Amino acid sequence: MTNQEVFEDLNNRFGDAIFDVHEPYGFLTLTTTRENIIDVLQYLYSHQTFQVQFLTDITGVQYPELAGNEFAVVYHLHSLVNNFRLRIKVFIPAADPVIPTATGLWASANWMERETFDFFGIVFRGHPNLMRILNMEDMDYFPMRKEYPLEDQTRRDKDDAKFGR
Amino acid sequence: MSDIQVTPDIKPVRTETGVKVDVGQALPEYVNELTTLNLGPTHPATHGIFQNILQMDGEKIVSGVPTIGYIHRAFEKLAEHRPFYQITPLTDRMNYCSSPINNMGWHMTAEKLLGIEVPKRAQYIRVIMMELARISDHLICNSILGVDTGAFTGFLYLFQEREKIYDIYEELCGTRLTTNMGRIGGMERDFNDRAEAKLRKFLKDFPAVMKEFEGMFNRNRIFMDRTVDVGPLTPERALSYGFTGPNLRAAGVDYDVRVMNPYSSYEDFDFDIPVGHNGDTYDRFMVRNEEIWQSLRIIQQALDKLPKGPYYADAPEYYLPPKKEVYRSMEALIYHFKIIMGEIDAPAGEVYHCVEGGNGELGFYLISDGGRAPYRLHFRRPCFIYYQAYPEMVVGTTLSDAIVILSSLNVIAGELDA
Repeated sequence: MTNQEVFEDLNNRFGDAIFDVHEPYGFLTLTTTRENIIDVLQYLYSHQTFQVQFLTDITGVQYPELAGNEFAVVYHLHSLVNNFRLRIKVFIPAADPVIPTATGLWASANWMERETFDFFGIVFRGHPNLMRILNMEDMDYFPMRKEYPLEDQTRRDKDDAKFGR
Repeated sequence: MSDIQVTPDIKPVRTETGVKVDVGQALPEYVNELTTLNLGPTHPATHGIFQNILQMDGEKIVSGVPTIGYIHRAFEKLAEHRPFYQITPLTDRMNYCSSPINNMGWHMTAEKLLGIEVPKRAQYIRVIMMELARISDHLICNSILGVDTGAFTGFLYLFQEREKIYDIYEELCGTRLTTNMGRIGGMERDFNDRAEAKLRKFLKDFPAVMKEFEGMFNRNRIFMDRTVDVGPLTPERALSYGFTGPNLRAAGVDYDVRVMNPYSSYEDFDFDIPVGHNGDTYDRFMVRNEEIWQSLRIIQQALDKLPKGPYYADAPEYYLPPKKEVYRSMEALIYHFKIIMGEIDAPAGEVYHCVEGGNGELGFYLISDGGRAPYRLHFRRPCFIYYQAYPEMVVGTTLSDAIVILSSLNVIAGELDA
């Protein structure tokens, strides 16, 4: 099971829906669309030989300068049987940051998606309990977005002059 | 004798299989009422700051809702504003029971991105320190599991040994708990004679203590009654919940990053991966115990085969020059300044690197855009991912079992919340 084999198989099945394929540091990375992501995950999960059945991680990345593709949701998958890892990315616009949930495939996707929602505001459609997880409930912004600087701008109890700013 | 009736009027019915209580209609309202119990956030048995809101039907747990994030410190956000070498102290504070593993994991991730080849000696020293960290992590988990089942002695015995591990850390990095050990490119100190003497003494003395500990617990009737078949998980559920590490191996899946994707020369060593049968609390305990023995085996091999040579890579842009050099040579001074001020641009790239942490696959997903700090750094924290199985594991058990299950999962609050 090599990067080439997996890519060719996915390309046969999904065609143009799989694009932007590269291998940074030997790690197969490909991009798909949010319409196809669950099908791709499901296909890899139930594939006879690949058996990509372990979800390592789901996380978000923000690229504010990519108009129309501001957010990326990154899935790290692992086939324990073949010891093969791959990374799937989905780019979604900031105006409509919605992507279907993967909780139907893995129970572990639940909190990973909640964390991604909590920090980036990416909405996972169909998620059973999409609430904030690490931050408090009444927070009204998504702190990992690049427009929020490190220092909490909502605080009024800090005098910048005293901190040399 | 008073004739106030305190129990509802329920008549037990004797059947062939035992006594049956007919809980039909005539129950007073308070009997059907559930009790809400806040387990945590600061409860001595949770060993960390996190809360579980349990609905209790008498002693039985009907549902559990975990609340986490009490010690969330925004490490991922902080990491986007720091040069690479300043991220190491952040990783310390994730799984603080085995910080060297976190440190080395981060160093290896950075080295992968930067393309630095670490000399064999440094890799072996790393293996020794990581395995010591694994031992100290498992010691804490297992001895505290003993405390939660009412046996304090094992905890006292083993904590003495943990101190000795911390003494060895001290020789290599100067600190004990949050170690900040090693650097990008190698170790900051060589493995010296004092450290070796301490390590050899530890390897000589520790097995006897460990045997004593196992003698106290492994076939202890009370301990087995409390742990066998408590909180079992099938391998399918465990994999679906993203379990890794000892908790997954207790369920019978032999997945270990050290074997699957060897890093830092783990392929040079001969060791076994223990697995359990039922994935219950007892199996988790036994798997951790056996892993301690295997770690000792690895340390012994690494110590015997420790190669000679440099203990850091030739990577002047990332590895701080020796202090002596900084005072004498211009080049070293410049590099020292550049590194400390964080003025070195890392190459652009995307890396995922994982190590076998104390609790499972600890992953670092690093995106660099060619700047001085990571563009995005995500920690795949094993605790965070498998703790979501906790409600499923405790429903239907009693409160005392829930405490034992929590303890055997080894949930570390720092890693849970990052």
